[in-house]
Amino acid sequence: MELLAQTLGSDAARMILGLIGIIALVSVNALFLIWMERKVSAHMQLRPGPMEVGWHGAIQTIADAVKLMSKELITPAEVDRPVYLLAPIVIFLPVLLSFLVIPFSKTLVIRDMNVGVLLILAFAALSVLAILMAGWASNNKYSVLGAIRSVAQNVAYEIPLLITLMSVILMVGSLSLVDIVAAQERYWFILTQPLAFILYITCATAETNRAPFDLPEAESELVAGFHTEYSGMRFALFFLAEYTNMFIVSAVATVFFLGGWQGPILPGIVWFLIKVYAIIFLLMWFRWTFPRVRFDQLITFAWKILIPLAFANLLLTALILKLR
Amino acid sequence: MLEPGIEEKTYVLNLGPQHPSTHGVLRVELEMEGEFITKAEPDIGYGHRAHEHMAENRNYLQFLPNTARVDYLHALAYNQGYCMAVEKLLGLVVPERGEFIRVITSEMNRLTSHLLWVGAYLMDLGAFTPFLYCFDDREHLLDLLDRITGSRLTYCFYRFGGVPQDIDEEFITGCRDFVKRLRSRWVDYDNLVTKNVIFIHRARDVGLITQEQCIKYGLTGPMVRGSGIPYDIRKSEPYSVYPLFDFEIPIGERGDIMDRYLVRMREMEQSLRIIEQALDKLPNGPIMAEKVPKRIKPPEGEVYTAVETARGEFGCYVVSKGDVKPYRIKLRVPSFGNLCILPEVAVDTLVADLVAILGSMDVVVPEIDR
Amino acid sequence: MINYFKEILVGFWSLLAGMSVTIRYFTRPIVTVQYPREKIRMTPRYRGYPRFILDPETRTHLCIACEMCARICPSQLISLEGVKMPGAKQKIPYKYVHEHYYCSLCGLCVEVCPTSALEYSGEYRLAGYRREDAIFDHLVLLQQRQEAAGLPITPIPTEADLAAAAAAEAAAKKAREEEAKAKAAAKKPEPEGEVKE
Repeated sequence: MELLAQTLGSDAARMILGLIGIIALVSVNALFLIWMERKVSAHMQLRPGPMEVGWHGAIQTIADAVKLMSKELITPAEVDRPVYLLAPIVIFLPVLLSFLVIPFSKTLVIRDMNVGVLLILAFAALSVLAILMAGWASNNKYSVLGAIRSVAQNVAYEIPLLITLMSVILMVGSLSLVDIVAAQERYWFILTQPLAFILYITCATAETNRAPFDLPEAESELVAGFHTEYSGMRFALFFLAEYTNMFIVSAVATVFFLGGWQGPILPGIVWFLIKVYAIIFLLMWFRWTFPRVRFDQLITFAWKILIPLAFANLLLTALILKLR
Repeated sequence: MLEPGIEEKTYVLNLGPQHPSTHGVLRVELEMEGEFITKAEPDIGYGHRAHEHMAENRNYLQFLPNTARVDYLHALAYNQGYCMAVEKLLGLVVPERGEFIRVITSEMNRLTSHLLWVGAYLMDLGAFTPFLYCFDDREHLLDLLDRITGSRLTYCFYRFGGVPQDIDEEFITGCRDFVKRLRSRWVDYDNLVTKNVIFIHRARDVGLITQEQCIKYGLTGPMVRGSGIPYDIRKSEPYSVYPLFDFEIPIGERGDIMDRYLVRMREMEQSLRIIEQALDKLPNGPIMAEKVPKRIKPPEGEVYTAVETARGEFGCYVVSKGDVKPYRIKLRVPSFGNLCILPEVAVDTLVADLVAILGSMDVVVPEIDR
Repeated sequence: MINYFKEILVGFWSLLAGMSVTIRYFTRPIVTVQYPREKIRMTPRYRGYPRFILDPETRTHLCIACEMCARICPSQLISLEGVKMPGAKQKIPYKYVHEHYYCSLCGLCVEVCPTSALEYSGEYRLAGYRREDAIFDHLVLLQQRQEAAGLPITPIPTEADLAAAAAAEAAAKKAREEEAKAKAAAKKPEPEGEVKE
């Protein structure tokens, strides 16, 4: 570590080690989340889920990953080759980079930028581009329909996402994630901003394309939506990106509303992970309970209900802060 | 064949024969403008198995397993319709206990069919859990039916003149326990599905079918009852021992998907009532008619019987020329008529709505193609 | 305005009600069975392929090769040939094959047999690698069951037996014809003698 710090400068060393850590975290996280999703869904449906491979199916995901890697990469005949091949990469990289600013504990943050929130939100918007690329390049009407739906959905739900986060940022006065966690020392923001929390979770499920907002990949309507024509490792990348995105939005929810890594007795990172996975459990709970929303109802819901409520919340917060 | 619009504003999409939510091998050709459907044409015939041709080459008893495979979800009602037709030709009278056993098993089969519909329909809409809850309930029913008939899906249980094997005490107690158990589950289904705001928004005021359309297209079953017409063959042209039971016919008001869903849920409750009353009133006695001929050779003539299945009216038209093999058997299936209204209802809807409407019609495609 | 907020609150409450149902089921025990590690017992009337009944008195099958089962099968899956052995009252089958791959488990063969020689086996673990694995030769299966139960095996008539039976039948037929001719010849002189006197 010291040698690396001397040759490259401690900042760059921190970055490199951090990136290695992120890639490790992302892989292990995806492994764990896929197993968790299958087990949670199974027990809600009164069945055991994967039980064969390993203790209660713990290494089932590794078996699935090996299978996906060994599959033939079928490229349909008339796809737009460069766009088709780039789409899985474009969807995966921004999510990786969002990890740079998340504070895992008091000292475990790769780079404490003073525009941390802006970075995360900007990179979240890039996934829209990737979905459009995948849908259009696949030369398949189902994929194009899925991509169009996804673009409208993501754009519509980013606005209330930003506004609810802005209510919290107004209270803290800084865009840096470390400052936001530090401002929750006495009480967590979920107590003072419950409406913002509910709105944020709704927008988070819509941003990650999960049920009840999973129209882009509606299995029973469009076969598989925008990733119909992808097979093997490319499909695995889409999958990985979805689960990592889930981790990112849950991490942001934890930092903004649940006090980040703060908690008694146990070390910071353990509390952080407990809170993140609790919110991920909430997202999975939504998926296995509710039917899918229809497309025009989705957009109506965003523009007529979520945005007015988010604005009202922001105005109320501003008013209370001014009066204090 | 549909062609895209002249100004190229529309495009043709195929809800192809292999699709997770057309229940069976059905192809629907859609002409779409953006996300809205301007024309929808169903294309059938992918599952034609020539049942009516097989009827001309087999004798009456050998054709009985075929009737169960026409609509495999409510197979006992189809068995019943065919047996009733041949019994009318032969002039056989089924004894009371036989009729009671037929009614009990047929109503249990109607319950399995409706439970499967609820599960599959919600899976089309995107909720994956009610499917498994319905199948859990269905398992108990299938175990009960397995005890007396020996099969779980394609039953061949009725014979001309009655039923071949009797029911025992364990079956009766099992039925009563199941009735209690299913009644306690209605609360869960209400909370999870019926009152859910997302489901209400997907189902209210979608797929409206007026009463004139019902009569014009010859729809039967829960489609007609959802639009407000109280037509149920068990009440209008009663057969078997249905007049002895006290049950209602649930009807809807507007004819949208929500009404059809509620009609089917309430029909399940009425089926439970019928089963309870039948178990209470079950008489002792013979289960087969006395003089059933060894070689079934009905006299010359033709007969049409109609029964009420889970999907609508199943009609069996048998023409006999005095031979051991029937001259012609025509099976009038409810799903064929029910599907005909799809082109009218599907105009100006979204693809998601089309899937919802197709699901609410409860179409079993193999019975359309026979 | 009030309606707007009321709708939102009612909708939100219905979502919470649905979530409460799923979380209650999450904590319940599972209802599935881990087949093939745990097996379920089939009901007694479950069908499976039809097979010969091992009669406890005669300790063999009861089939008289009348071919009613072969004629009633809707899919014509039973092929059966019988022979009358010399000295026996009824025919016995020397070939009884049931092709199970198209069987619709209707049960008509079991019901129509005049001697009630068939029963359901209740066997559902029928997996094989070839189409021939689904063809059951019931005489051979009966021998296997008799061996397993320690009973004497019913022999299947061989070619030599069949030839001997055919020869014996032909000889018996010839003997009957000779007897009938002798009887007719013995009867003939009598009436002439009557008339003469």
